[in-house]
Formats: sequence, C-alpha cells, structure tokens
Amino acid sequence: MSLRIVVCVKYVPDATGDRHFADDLTLDRDDVDGLLSELDEYAVEQALQIAGDHSGDDAEVTVLTVGPEDAKDALRKALSMGAHKAVHVEDDDLHGTDALGTSLVLAKAIEKTGYDLVICGMASTDGTMGVLPAMLSERLGVPQVTLLSEVSVEGGTVKGRRDGDAATVQLEASLPAVVSVTDQSGEARYPSFKGIMAAKKKPVESLDLEDLDIEAGDVGLEGAWTAVDSATERPARTAGTIVNDEGKGGDELAEFLVSQKFI
Amino acid sequence: MAEVLVYVDHVDGAVRKPTLELLTLARRLGDPVAVALGAGAADTAAKLAEHGAVKVLTADAPEFADYLVVPKVDALQAAYESVSPVAVLVPSSAEGKEIAARLAVRIGSGLITDAIDLTADDKGPVATQSVFAAAYTTNSRVTKGTPVITVKPNAAPVEPAAAAGTVEALSVPFGEAATGTKVVGRTPRESTGRPELTEAAIVVSGGRGVNGAENFAIIEALADSLGAAVGASRAAVDAGWYPHSNQVGQTGKSVSPQLYIASGISGAIQHRAGMQTSKTIVAINKDAEAPIFDLVDYGVVGDLFQVVPQLTEAIKARKG
Repeated sequence: MSLRIVVCVKYVPDATGDRHFADDLTLDRDDVDGLLSELDEYAVEQALQIAGDHSGDDAEVTVLTVGPEDAKDALRKALSMGAHKAVHVEDDDLHGTDALGTSLVLAKAIEKTGYDLVICGMASTDGTMGVLPAMLSERLGVPQVTLLSEVSVEGGTVKGRRDGDAATVQLEASLPAVVSVTDQSGEARYPSFKGIMAAKKKPVESLDLEDLDIEAGDVGLEGAWTAVDSATERPARTAGTIVNDEGKGGDELAEFLVSQKFI
Repeated sequence: MAEVLVYVDHVDGAVRKPTLELLTLARRLGDPVAVALGAGAADTAAKLAEHGAVKVLTADAPEFADYLVVPKVDALQAAYESVSPVAVLVPSSAEGKEIAARLAVRIGSGLITDAIDLTADDKGPVATQSVFAAAYTTNSRVTKGTPVITVKPNAAPVEPAAAAGTVEALSVPFGEAATGTKVVGRTPRESTGRPELTEAAIVVSGGRGVNGAENFAIIEALADSLGAAVGASRAAVDAGWYPHSNQVGQTGKSVSPQLYIASGISGAIQHRAGMQTSKTIVAINKDAEAPIFDLVDYGVVGDLFQVVPQLTEAIKARKG
C-alpha cells in the first residue's frame, strides 16, 4: 500500500531579527531573513519517520508551502532533511492572504497533490495562531488529530497522544486525516551533506492561483477576511531598577513587591 | 440589543476564569449568550448569570467527551444559527482556537486569535493583539461574516453584572465528521493545587540557572508563598527538570500575568515571546549581562539560591 504524506510548512521571518510592518500593514519581508519555521521541522521529522516505517510500502513525503519566491528556502531545507518532493504555491495576488485564505489555498493544493495524511506543525513561529490544521481538516472533510506529542500510523489508522490542559488523551482516526505535532514529538534531524546535495536534484513543482482554480479576489490583502487597522511599535520598556545582591537582595526585592502591592 | 455568543470553558460545571473575563468583554459588544457543553453544562448557569449572561444554551451528549473538537463545533454552529449573534467569542485555549477556526470556515467568517483587548466601534468589534514577540500592538477587525474572536486569559477584569441567565437546552445535530477522531484513552492531569499557568495573576519561573529538577523546590516554595503558578524555560524543560506543560515561551505557553518573576532565566527571544506582555517583570540572575534584564521593572544580579529563599521567607513573614 502506498502512503502519500503532505507536510505543510511555512517560511517565516527569523524571530531573532527585528520584524517590522510594511506600509500596507503586512510583514516587511525585505527587512529580515526568513527560514523554515522551527515548529514545522518537527512535522517534517514525523513525516519522515512514518514514511520510514512504511519503507516497504512505497511511502512518499511531499512538502508544501504557500509564499513568495524566497519560501523555496524552506522547501529546500525540508528536502535536504529527506522529503521526496516539494510543491510551491506562488502568486503575486497572494500577498497579504490571512489564515482563512491560506487554508483555502493549502486545501486546494493538497487535493491537487493527492494525500493520505497531512502533517503540520502545531503553529507557525510568526503568527502563532495554531489554527491552520483545524481549518484544513474542516475544508478537506477528514478527521483532525492535532497537537500530538506522539504519533504513529498503522494499517490505515493514525494514533496519537495529545497533552491537554486538563488531561492527556489518546486519539485514533482513520486515514485520510490531518495531523499536527508539537515540539515534544521528537527532535528534528539535521540535514546531512548528502541530503543537502540530493535536495538540489529533487523536483519542486510550482503552482499559481489559476492552477488551483482560486479567484484572485478570494485571497490576498483585498480578499482577506480580516484587516489590520493599525500597528504600533511598543515603546521600549523604561529602564527598571537593577541591584546587585549584597546579601539582602531577597529582602529588598520583597520591599519592591510590597511597594507594588503584590504582597 | 445585539447578542454576542460566548463559548464557555468549564470543568464539570466549574466555569474557568478566562470565560468570566470574556463575559466582561462581551458586554461591551452586546448581550452575552453563553454556550456550555458537556458534563455539568447546566451547572454553569448561575455563575454565568452573575457575570452578565442573558441566556445560557446547554447541551450534553457522550459525543463531547468521546470525540475530539468537532462535536463542540457542531454545537457552537447550532447556537450561532439559533441566535444570529454580532460576534462569537471563544477563550484562547488550544482547543478553543481549534473550535473557533473550524466555525469560522463553516460560517464563512473571518477569525482573529489571541486578542488582548476588545472594543466596539460603528464597524463592529476591534481586537487588540500583541505581535512579533510583543514588539508591536495591532488593532484588527473582521471584514467578512460574523467576527469570530479568541481572547487570551487576563485580557479583561472579571466584573460581576447580574443578568437573567435563562437556561435553554440547545438541540445539536451532529454531522458525519463529529465522530471522526475517537478519544480512546484519557488520563486527567494531576492537580498541583497551584493556579493554571496561563490564567495565574502571578507566575514564578525557573530556567537553566536552577540547575536540577530537585532545585525546582525553591521555585515552587516562592510560588506557593505568593499563590502563584510555576513556569519553566525551554532549557529547564528540555533538561527534564520540569514538565513541558509548564513551559513558558514560543513553543510552550504564552502568559500575561500581573507579575512575572524569572529566576535563573537568561531571556532568550523564544522565552521573551511567551512572557513579554506581563505587567510587571522581575528577574534574578547571576549574569548581569543576561538579556532578561533589558525587560525588567526590578532586577537582582545575584545567586538565585541565596535570593529566592530569602525572598520567600520575607514574603511569608509579611503575610504572617
């Protein structure tokens, strides 16, 4: 049995850089370097492990992203980790697309690619909404098995562990399904030199909105379901009091907490 | 007056604090209609009425516990269709965000997550968010459909406001997708007796400088003296010193308490992303160059093994 796994990944601005808004209140991508979202590396890792467990069965891992030209860097990283092929949805009309629109584009691209299992990271490291996996499940009409710290696939069934606020639950669903994994699911592998060289030869398919049968007006800044009215840079915190502990640091800190009415 | 749908987060009928905060915000937009689902749903009514719910829609069925998320979406959609609200508000828990996301797709509405404030203007609700590791504050609106907005804990004060709180049974037609993901096992989290991390007014966190699982006892002792929740940095969690459920930061939980005390935490960007919106920040660290000191209202450069126990004793002495 073949197993087609699609991993949704995002090219995000480096969180250690200074991120700014452009004049149209979208992210200024010229201002900061991008990279494969760290949380998506866990998704790629689990996809490769599941495919590895099915090695006799012709399993294939496709990485999928929606983003500008530079987003190919995120695909290359995933390919160098071991993914087999990549799909890049790129279109000038996508600039400013929000979560609802992105889920529409991803769902259409996933359907076009063909899938038995979709794997996502738990959230992007930039928007941190964590809603795409649920939206994809809704749009694709297949089960959501999300926020897993452990995942396995056997005989057409996906099983996983979800650590919730009140309880840890064991989940089970039939394929096809949408899965998301947390940063507890297992360390992501580093690309080997061989992997990096091999990635250069792997196919990257480019799709635009026309290929996916999506009207430009349904995505992008104009088609977005939400609008940012204003973005204000937070004023730098005014310098606080910093003291050296000369033996009474704890008592002095207690005085501060009293002055602030915390005690 | 316009009705605002509020999804109720409760445990066996005990309403969690973020839902009460949500009711404070909902009243700025209209008359709150609460939706409580699962075991104990009807028991939430009195509390919700004290906080402004004009109506409480309740439903209980085995599906809510036996299958993941989708049955709750079916119920919220049924409530949405029976009420025609001007907005749908949901607490920003992991599950709350998933419920809101699916509802938004179903009803063709825009979604805003993790609002830290809500106001009403003539075009509808305006949501304030803190983005890019709290470097920016944005104001956003939903431009299509009925706004679906998830709100972070501590976004508003809990303000009692008596209302009718009429209880009505909600009839929920479960769709085919409702039974897609089975819950085949459940292990309730053992209660520590401490407040929930994301809801706590005070959070005391330990990091690499705590240097061992056993040393977290002094962090816990400080937390208990203040009635606080305990947090941990990713370094401490990855080292196995404290559970992942207590991790504060980009890949853990985002907290926004009145007071955040960081002990032995250097303040890497990933940690800052999870705590930077705390109202008052205090740090204790041996390294005077630690980036956390750029954020603090009060910082102590010193050995946490000296400072923290001394602080705990001083607090206990004052509280008698």
